[in-house]
Amino acid sequence: MSLTTLEIESKVTVPPTKRLPLTIKDFKGKAEPDWCPGCGDFGVLSALKQALADLGIRPHEAMVISGIGCSSNLPGYVSTYGMHTLHGRALSVATGAQMANHELKIIVTGGDGDGYGIGGNHFIHTMRRNVDLTYIVMNNQIYGLTTGQLSPTSTKGMTTKSTPFGSVENPINPIPLAIAAGATYVARGYTGQVKHLVELIKGGIQHKGFALIDAFSPCVTFNHENSHEFFKQKTFKLEDRKHDPTDFAAAMKYGYEWGDEIAIGLFWQRTDLPALDELESALKEGGPLARRPLGISPQVAASLIRELM
Amino acid sequence: MAKLDLSIAIGGAAGQGIATPGDILARIFVRRGLHLNAYNAYQSIVRGGHIFLTLRTSDEPVLSFGDKLDVMIPLNQDTMNRHLGLMKAGSTVLYNGDKIKPGDAETGVQLCPFSVKELAPKIKGDLVQNTIALAAVLQLIGVEFKILEDILTLQFKRKGQAVIDENVGVARAGYEYAAARFKPLTISLPDTGRRLAFFEGNQALAMGGAAAGVRFYCAYPMSPSSGVLHWMARHARQLGIMVRQVEDEIGVINMAIGAAHAGCRAMCATSGGGFALMTEGLGAAAMMEIPLVCINVQRAGPATGVPTKTEQGDLWQVLGAGQGDYPRIIVAPNNIPDCYKTVPQLFNLVDKIQCPGIIISDLLLSEGRSSVDPTELDFSVPINRGAVIGLNGATPPLNGGYKRYQLTEDGISTRALPGTPGFEHVVATDDHDEDGVLISDEYTNPHKRQAMHEKRMRKMESILSLIDAPSLWGAEDAQVTLLGWGSTEGVIREAIEKLAKEENITANLLQIKWIVPLHAAAITLTLGKSNKVLIVENNYSGQFERYLRSETGIVADGHIRKYDGEPFMPHHIVDGVKAILAGTTRQYVPVHEIMV
Repeated sequence: MSLTTLEIESKVTVPPTKRLPLTIKDFKGKAEPDWCPGCGDFGVLSALKQALADLGIRPHEAMVISGIGCSSNLPGYVSTYGMHTLHGRALSVATGAQMANHELKIIVTGGDGDGYGIGGNHFIHTMRRNVDLTYIVMNNQIYGLTTGQLSPTSTKGMTTKSTPFGSVENPINPIPLAIAAGATYVARGYTGQVKHLVELIKGGIQHKGFALIDAFSPCVTFNHENSHEFFKQKTFKLEDRKHDPTDFAAAMKYGYEWGDEIAIGLFWQRTDLPALDELESALKEGGPLARRPLGISPQVAASLIRELM
Repeated sequence: MAKLDLSIAIGGAAGQGIATPGDILARIFVRRGLHLNAYNAYQSIVRGGHIFLTLRTSDEPVLSFGDKLDVMIPLNQDTMNRHLGLMKAGSTVLYNGDKIKPGDAETGVQLCPFSVKELAPKIKGDLVQNTIALAAVLQLIGVEFKILEDILTLQFKRKGQAVIDENVGVARAGYEYAAARFKPLTISLPDTGRRLAFFEGNQALAMGGAAAGVRFYCAYPMSPSSGVLHWMARHARQLGIMVRQVEDEIGVINMAIGAAHAGCRAMCATSGGGFALMTEGLGAAAMMEIPLVCINVQRAGPATGVPTKTEQGDLWQVLGAGQGDYPRIIVAPNNIPDCYKTVPQLFNLVDKIQCPGIIISDLLLSEGRSSVDPTELDFSVPINRGAVIGLNGATPPLNGGYKRYQLTEDGISTRALPGTPGFEHVVATDDHDEDGVLISDEYTNPHKRQAMHEKRMRKMESILSLIDAPSLWGAEDAQVTLLGWGSTEGVIREAIEKLAKEENITANLLQIKWIVPLHAAAITLTLGKSNKVLIVENNYSGQFERYLRSETGIVADGHIRKYDGEPFMPHHIVDGVKAILAGTTRQYVPVHEIMV
């Protein structure tokens, strides 16, 4: 595949501004996080920066793209090419960016309402396309930025500002949903376990194809049920149970578990499917689309006109 | 004066094979250097319903599909019944007499039945009547048989010599039958010795995009805009264009935003309903200052509306698309070749000021067909990407830090493409400061918000001088000035010619192409000299009339409006002008006489 050659070429022509090895400081953003003290999202921010540094991805080689919500403020707190897009639309924007420049490492960040609620349609379709992205969902099972309403992952019976008598709806379970929809790397982390989360994110970035990392990121202000205490007690690591991430049935079984024990780790991975950019004829040669010279040769122009005569 | 003005219509149900003979006739015309305008009135794209394709050709540019017909080929009884009233004196109706009964034609209309049973006893299926009718038409307009023979040979090549022989044989029988039984038309089809091309508006828009260097095109299928998607998809490999069919139009606009931000020229097309879903995204593009082009091919609304019928009913939707004030350029091409030219023009403008550009087309323009002189299809158009760092992978030196949204006199600040070392920044749909930092992430500062808002809006000021002001067509001292926008240019011009010739009324035309920004001063100056201003538009509420009033304070003297789903025919406008001049009404709404 010619992609590797292109990557090397681009690294030769483009002088690096950051020298390897990188540290977390190389990714310091222009703004300070405005999250509540104790918010789980801090864990994702530091895990992401650590993962980028560990993998030697320089700030200009990465894009961090988000939607809207507390967690979607993340691109402002990390130095890369960031995009803070509309509520629920980050995956669509990221797909366009990935198609336009498939040499970039694209990480999408957001929350459960953004990704599984308003962005649910794009979530499913981006997974079936197997776009080469890493999607980190900071799942706090509540709407935080709008001060505490029901989210698609809020548990049944949960009392919130919009469900004062308890929710009667079933929540979305993102793990089996992602596996069924065609995501090729499906993991779950917990922001109280940052080192573990770093490894999951690194695995997702290195994975060629769509990677979902659902990260329990407790909302200390509006969700008192799914707290740090809750996850500390219940989570266990799939690695400790010798789970084989290529075992579909086991992945689904662990994905559905929600009780005294809740699994975190890599549920599912398959590497036999090409990512969308690898299948696209327009990307077979010539490097990133965005960098190609514009214009049509006189021969091609003549053939287009001939079709009309 | 045109020496030739020939209108041929083919009508029937969807699935009866109307497109193929239509295409063959169109090619025969343009290969003789004759001009063409075609409009297909249809109900369903798939099967059933009623389709009526009108092709009009002339040795001079054809402005509209016209009023009356010289030849009609009704493929079913329904078409005969509906359209016989369109026939001119001296015209000809060709039909399968085995199945279709003649109607009550006006005097001078030649009814020409042929018998499929007699001419093609062995061929099964109904499509053979099309071949016979086509052969008969060619006989009556003096086209040599060899041309049809070559076309049929090519068409049936894959099915083998026996099928070719059978079809050519039937066609010859029809050709000879017409020679023996029917009176030829009094016109002859000249060969000008040059060759023209022809295309649909949607093809023109897509080709304009290709010429402009579009590298990313995405869409959700929606009539009548899908033709752009089809052309792009068909040519994607050849031209190195990425084409994506997306799950919905929200995804479409946002995907285009991602591709555009990464550096591609990105385009998408839809119709009113899909455009409604895109509106928040258009505002997002403006807020993040990402240039892209979005095409709205209008159909009759609201809601699902009449999906296969035309209207100019989305102007206010496009003007007001999305929350808040934001810079946008809106343009309504005036004819099919203009669709082609507009796209590269618009891309240069939106790249300059980094905002969304919207093209308003409609079914008439996008699915209508027009001849075009191939030399007008200039693919080496000027391409100006505006202020961008990193387009070719090159990295300029950093001079004292880079601010994506630096405040400048003209409001334009330099973009830096993702992947360029040293220029990392965040673009946000939240309002932000010069450095891309969210205003909500800092201590409240209304002055900062005001400055950033003004910066974005100020960019529009550099556009007006780069676009042509509309110019008056026709005599300056005419009795009436007709004002139209977008697709109606051709039919209004033809109506003006008719008014002069048949009614002794002089009229001129001010056709508007650039909607935002609007050349308000130039328009005010022109209309200030007009004796009477009548506004012609394909909608109920006079959307352009209201817009013109809001921008210029001009109150028109009368209105001609149509909102039945069908485009204006020249006589509708003629009747409207007469009625308004006679003082019988200030607002004329023609009745579409023909049930299509």
